[in-house]
Amino acid sequence: MTFRTTMAFRLVLLAGLAASPALAQENENPLPEKQAWSFAGPLGKYNTAQLQRGYQVYREVCSNCHSMHFLSFRNLSDAGGPSFSDGQVKALAASYKVQDGPNDSGDMFERAGRASDPFPQPFANEQAARAANGGALPPDMSVLAKARDIEGAWYSFLLGPFSTYQEQGVDYIHALLNGYSETPKGFTLPSGKYYNEYFPGHAISMPKPLNDGQVDYSDGSPKTVDQYAHDVSAFLAWTSEPKLNQRKNMGFNAIVFLIVFASLLYAVKRRIWAGLHDVSGTPIDHAAE
Amino acid sequence: MSGPSTYVPQNGFLRWFESRLPIIGLVHSSFIAFPNPRNLNYFWTFGGILAFMLIEQIVTGLVLAMHYTPESSMAFASVEHIMRDVNYGWLLRYLHANGATMFFIAVYIHIARNLYYGSYKAPREILFILGVIIFLLMMATAFMGYVLPWGQMSFWGAKVITSLFSAIPFVGDSITTWLWGGYSVGNATLNRFFALHYLMPFMILGVVVLHIWALHIPGSNNPVGVEVKSQKDTLPFHPYFTVKDAFSLVCFMVVFAYFVFYAPNYFGHSDNYIEANPLVTPAHIVPEWYFLPYYAMLRAVPSKLGGVCALFGSILLLAFLPWLDTSRVRSSNFRPVYRAFLFLFFATVIGLGYCGSQEPVGSVVVWSEILTAWYFIHLLIVLPLLGFFETPRKMPASITEAVLGPKGASAAMVGARAAAEPSVKG
Ligand code: HEC
Ligand code: HEM
Repeated sequence: MTFRTTMAFRLVLLAGLAASPALAQENENPLPEKQAWSFAGPLGKYNTAQLQRGYQVYREVCSNCHSMHFLSFRNLSDAGGPSFSDGQVKALAASYKVQDGPNDSGDMFERAGRASDPFPQPFANEQAARAANGGALPPDMSVLAKARDIEGAWYSFLLGPFSTYQEQGVDYIHALLNGYSETPKGFTLPSGKYYNEYFPGHAISMPKPLNDGQVDYSDGSPKTVDQYAHDVSAFLAWTSEPKLNQRKNMGFNAIVFLIVFASLLYAVKRRIWAGLHDVSGTPIDHAAE
Repeated sequence: MSGPSTYVPQNGFLRWFESRLPIIGLVHSSFIAFPNPRNLNYFWTFGGILAFMLIEQIVTGLVLAMHYTPESSMAFASVEHIMRDVNYGWLLRYLHANGATMFFIAVYIHIARNLYYGSYKAPREILFILGVIIFLLMMATAFMGYVLPWGQMSFWGAKVITSLFSAIPFVGDSITTWLWGGYSVGNATLNRFFALHYLMPFMILGVVVLHIWALHIPGSNNPVGVEVKSQKDTLPFHPYFTVKDAFSLVCFMVVFAYFVFYAPNYFGHSDNYIEANPLVTPAHIVPEWYFLPYYAMLRAVPSKLGGVCALFGSILLLAFLPWLDTSRVRSSNFRPVYRAFLFLFFATVIGLGYCGSQEPVGSVVVWSEILTAWYFIHLLIVLPLLGFFETPRKMPASITEAVLGPKGASAAMVGARAAAEPSVKG
């Protein structure tokens, strides 16, 4: 009976699904390719060297236009992040001038940055940022990697829950940075815009930010756009999910514990219920209890 | 939870206490001695799971509220502060956000169980209606909770849903303004939603107490749908059902933990990591997954008022199920035709959910309309008529017979007859 029930249910479900491909949407943008991120999957971890390179790309290139409100220099030495030493972070912060104040005489003053200072803003306000970027606002980068997604296939709502792959936003940023190309014939690009295969609508206000050889890596990694794009995307993954290492670690322990606990409970349950299911069992007279 | 308790206090202090406030006896008769049908399957463990989830949401919510700022220019940043700077704040928030999802998964299974086993039928109508009220309160709570992080989907979801009230003739616009506390969704809206989001779980808790009280009058229904006839049909709640519920709960927690630790944003929407901006409308506004079937119905009806009526009607109709279903047979196991229609109904709801997640163009619109129509046809026409036309299968004479077979049952019945009037009530 139970078998028939589940079969009937599956058939109805399948019939419903078979009818729905007609509902699937056409995807006008190519799907960004899945990359092999070190932090994907249940045992994934950030790669410290990659985060350090990514920070370099961010600082030298992206930070000229993109702010990062929710990060401070001190975060760069957090465990599970780029893990710069405290000394490196202090020196780095001190290389920036920060406005502080007012002091006791009521004046604003400049001082060297400290580790507790937030990352500097590239523009004084939104209007200034727009004015410098042809009217477009470069989005804040703190949680950018979680704020972008890739539209999956129509059946992805069935498979999605079983996949631990959460890196769609990172894949998108990587693809976007590699997606600049010649404007195809027949596409009219508004002035001040650039053609990008992966940007929705293809006309993006951000000029191609990365070129080969632009950032000088000191660890011997290739100085190519693809490498830069990987590194800065990984860095943005960390800024948007700084506790990922801790989360996946704890998750492994929690799930192992719960499975062991469930198995023990199942054994106890079997023991307590023994004999109550079949004819041979003597029903317990619990009136007597 | 009703009637005198069989609890016997073990010492002088407890006797003294119990004679003044018989609360230990109440707990004893409700969760220790309470006789449950012995044939309950694992679908009956979701009630316990739901109680656990409610407490889990209240506990994590309480700690989140200590760090959260309900002010429109600071709310988004305060959630990021929770994620980054509060010790284990990321864990609390992911537990709370995914907890809402797991709560709804459990409640949908719980409701589907009731539909399949006809648990809403006499004498459990009030119990079922209290359940529908809990479901409505849960939806209101989750909707307002989703507004709190003040991302793009928070803001625009709030805007779309609250604007629905403007469809009410004559007073609609005034009601919407009153709900918003202004002429658009803004700081005043966020503040009141936070206050209500904090309040409503405790209202749910109150209704849950009534729900359990109403359950303990007739006792649980069971997979064969035959009422308990003798004590042999039941087993005491403890240890039989405490251990079974505990096992099921821990299995459920494995799934919960999987989402919290490995796919914490799977059920969320990426746009909610962009701070709310009244000037930028997202390309595609979708509510959380558990509202999608109703959202599809809302959009399926061409007129706004009609859509709102379909939305609320689809849930309110559930409260009338005990009278819409005219068959006296509870369990679908003995109603093959009803069972087929019921699975079609489940597929309809899943299909509506899919339509709700898609942009309303082309075939999505047509399917939404067909499925919405079928949702109402099922409840208003198929259900009442089936009771008259369907011939149910032969049912076992008792729960014990269903479990042990006719032979075991007759052996057991000998003992049962010896025991006087069975105490079915707890
Ligand atoms: C010259 C200024 C400038 C620089 C440098 C720059 N960007 Fe941008 N970026 C922009 C602007 C402007 C936009 C908004 C584009 C739009 O909305 O059309 C943008 C948008 C983006 C987006 C969002 C696209 C979307 O889907 O909305 C990403 C991702 C991005 N930039 C990544 C980067 C990265 C990574 C770097 C560094 C390697 C970088 N940008 C450097 C100006 C810049
Ligand atoms: C029925 C129980 C509850 C449900 C279903 C529920 C649901 C939700 C949901 C869906 C969110 C949005 C999560 C997100 O996307 O970030 C949320 C946020 C929030 N809830 Fe609840 N909640 C419940 C109980 C409570 C209680 C009792 C409190 C307070 C005592 C509370 C406090 C909060 C706070 C402060 C937030 C904002 C922080 C955040 O967004 O993570 N919740 N809730």
